[in-house]
Amino acid sequence: METKSIMIVGVGGQGSLLASRIIGNVLLSQGFEVKVSEVHGMSQRGGSVVTYVKYGDEVSSPVIVKGEADIIISFEQLEAARWLPFLKKGGHLVTSTQKIDPMPVINGAAVYPDDIIEKIKAQGVDVIAVDALTLAEQAGTAKASNVVLMGVVSKKMQFEESVWQAALEQCVPAKFLELNKKAFALGRAAE
Amino acid sequence: MKKLMLGNEAFARGLYEAGCKLASSYPGTPSTEITEEVAKYDEVYAEWAPNEKVAMEVALGASIAGARSFCAMKHVGLNVAADPLYTAGYTGVTGGMVIAVADDPGMHSSQNEQDSRHHAIASKVMMVEPSDSAECKEFAKAAFDLSERFDTPVIVRMSTRVAHSQSAVELCEREEKELIPYKKNIQKFVMMPGNAIRRHPQVEQRLVDIREYAETSPLNRVEYNDTKIGVIAAGISYQYAKEALGSKASYLKLGIVNPLPVEIIKDFCQKCETVYVIEQLDDVIETHCKKLGLTVHGKDTFSLLGEISQSIVREKILGETAEFAEFPENVPVRPPVMCAGCPHRGLFYCLSKLGVMVSGDIGCYTLGATAPLCAMDSTICMGASISGLHGFNKIRGAESEKKSVAVIGDSTFMHSGMTGLVNIAYNATNSTVIILDNSITGMTGHQQNPTTGKNLKGDPAAAVNLEELCKAIGIKSVRVVDPYHMAETEAVIKEELAKDEPSVIISRRPCALLKYVKHNPPLKCDHDKCVGCKQCLKIGCPAISIHDKKMTIDHTQCVGCGICTEMCKLGAIVK
Repeated sequence: METKSIMIVGVGGQGSLLASRIIGNVLLSQGFEVKVSEVHGMSQRGGSVVTYVKYGDEVSSPVIVKGEADIIISFEQLEAARWLPFLKKGGHLVTSTQKIDPMPVINGAAVYPDDIIEKIKAQGVDVIAVDALTLAEQAGTAKASNVVLMGVVSKKMQFEESVWQAALEQCVPAKFLELNKKAFALGRAAE
Repeated sequence: MKKLMLGNEAFARGLYEAGCKLASSYPGTPSTEITEEVAKYDEVYAEWAPNEKVAMEVALGASIAGARSFCAMKHVGLNVAADPLYTAGYTGVTGGMVIAVADDPGMHSSQNEQDSRHHAIASKVMMVEPSDSAECKEFAKAAFDLSERFDTPVIVRMSTRVAHSQSAVELCEREEKELIPYKKNIQKFVMMPGNAIRRHPQVEQRLVDIREYAETSPLNRVEYNDTKIGVIAAGISYQYAKEALGSKASYLKLGIVNPLPVEIIKDFCQKCETVYVIEQLDDVIETHCKKLGLTVHGKDTFSLLGEISQSIVREKILGETAEFAEFPENVPVRPPVMCAGCPHRGLFYCLSKLGVMVSGDIGCYTLGATAPLCAMDSTICMGASISGLHGFNKIRGAESEKKSVAVIGDSTFMHSGMTGLVNIAYNATNSTVIILDNSITGMTGHQQNPTTGKNLKGDPAAAVNLEELCKAIGIKSVRVVDPYHMAETEAVIKEELAKDEPSVIISRRPCALLKYVKHNPPLKCDHDKCVGCKQCLKIGCPAISIHDKKMTIDHTQCVGCGICTEMCKLGAIVK
């Protein structure tokens, strides 16, 4: 099987590490070779962060380059625009509709683009936009946006729901499990 | 059992399985998780040392005592530990000693992009380099065996992508190692000239022996496919090449990067038509090949700067480029920022307002240099804020002393700031030093340090009292402020700058991301009162922005620290 690539992009602090671990465990349980590349350290402090997940029969490089991602999961609209060049032709973009102004926009040094999702769709890209923040708050906390998006993306991948449930149980601390299962279900039912 | 593990986690597993008994490190991205993970195994004693030099000396002491020992650091940490390293190269070891050094090509979280292979060459110490998590574990174990076999510390060179990528690892049992009985050995371990002079030829002979071993070591391997293109690579560069070229190229994958073998390289170059050395940062392997008189491509094709990737290899060697869509407009950059509720923000706003020269240091608070605060003039290396300020003030005199400060975090102060403060007291400048005490080592992800009262395992430990320490050093004026109270903080800074004596201000408030820190409910903007004056934007809080000419607060980010309420004269920011 050809190597498949999934990118998780967002703003430092939005929980992309947990998301990548859930996907990584789903893929490992299905017998794939998996590599997940994360960013730690200074760039985590509210900066633009990216996590790469790659799987297949044999995976060498842990990073994803432009034109390579089968799926991009974005936690924030501007980040979807930023990482768009990494999407393969015919790939899927799953994005939260959440907007977070970066510091240059807050300072007035730059402008947050309007109608990002429409403009990406106009490029011929398959975009699934979900208000993950509201759904996460319905589940109990804004912090679960990441798991809502896992629910959304689970429908774009061929694995059984039970496989995702098992990965959730593996990656989420017991006391937050119910909340996250609810968030996942809301994401899966969205669209 | 196969498990998905970070390179750093797999490395820790390797230490455990190899029977390592002691790990001592100072945190530094991207090396930190090795020590955090190894601390989870009860069989291994693990600690955070105040700095990398101390950590390496602790590890060497444990090795002399007969145990397998370990220390980890980032690339710049090895500069701090270079002193023990170069002489540990002479003494050699008793129990195996392994040193992890994590380079950061692309500078994801570092102040420079140095290539630590130069330290291995200069210290004449063996260095190996894994390329994925499974190898991190295997190389860690092999490094202990090689350390004992060749009587040398062994450095394992990590890089950001290997350290922070997860891949599958097969777990094995721990092999317990008996302590090697302690025997006094003055000739080997007392490095005064008369003894060191006898050790040096042994060091040179050891390099010859390891080079011979490297010719047949399983850590170096050759994969022949199409021989039109030959690639010599180590570590992550091998993975990039493999992904880009697959079976279109043959590979000499080097696991041992110091000393480099001779015969297998010559043989490989003979069998391949065009040979590329693919290495990140400097041209270490390429220079070795060229010294052997071999024709290879290296830095004529690949950059000395930053990271390589499969697309760079594909483009440079095969001339292939990818197609992709682009967003049709400018996408504003999103640089890292101090978190909402960060205690450093209030302090840096005061410094920005006062317009003082700020001699900075290494930590989250280096972000004080970014817009809109822009409250930093220099940042060099761990501890340089204090010593640099002293030098600055010696040259620019009394006027400067009243208009300049050093800022340094609690952990960085313990690491190498204290000695600079001793110098200020001893050699007398009326400098003002601000210790940003957020009760944790922040940027590397919350590690305990000697001021926090807890050890690596989270158990209670002795805590350095910063006020008493500064006084003992000879600083008579030591003040403590809460940076959430900006007016008071500003007043204290002004008072201390005016004094004709050196002073220390401790800006104390725990990191807002610490689990035990209780947050207030998010604040709101009363849009009837807000006139859109943008005064609140001056503190650079990521939770605050202006929409439709009114201030808004992002409730998912705001932790209710309240410093923005001090900015708003109209009282528009409310609970």
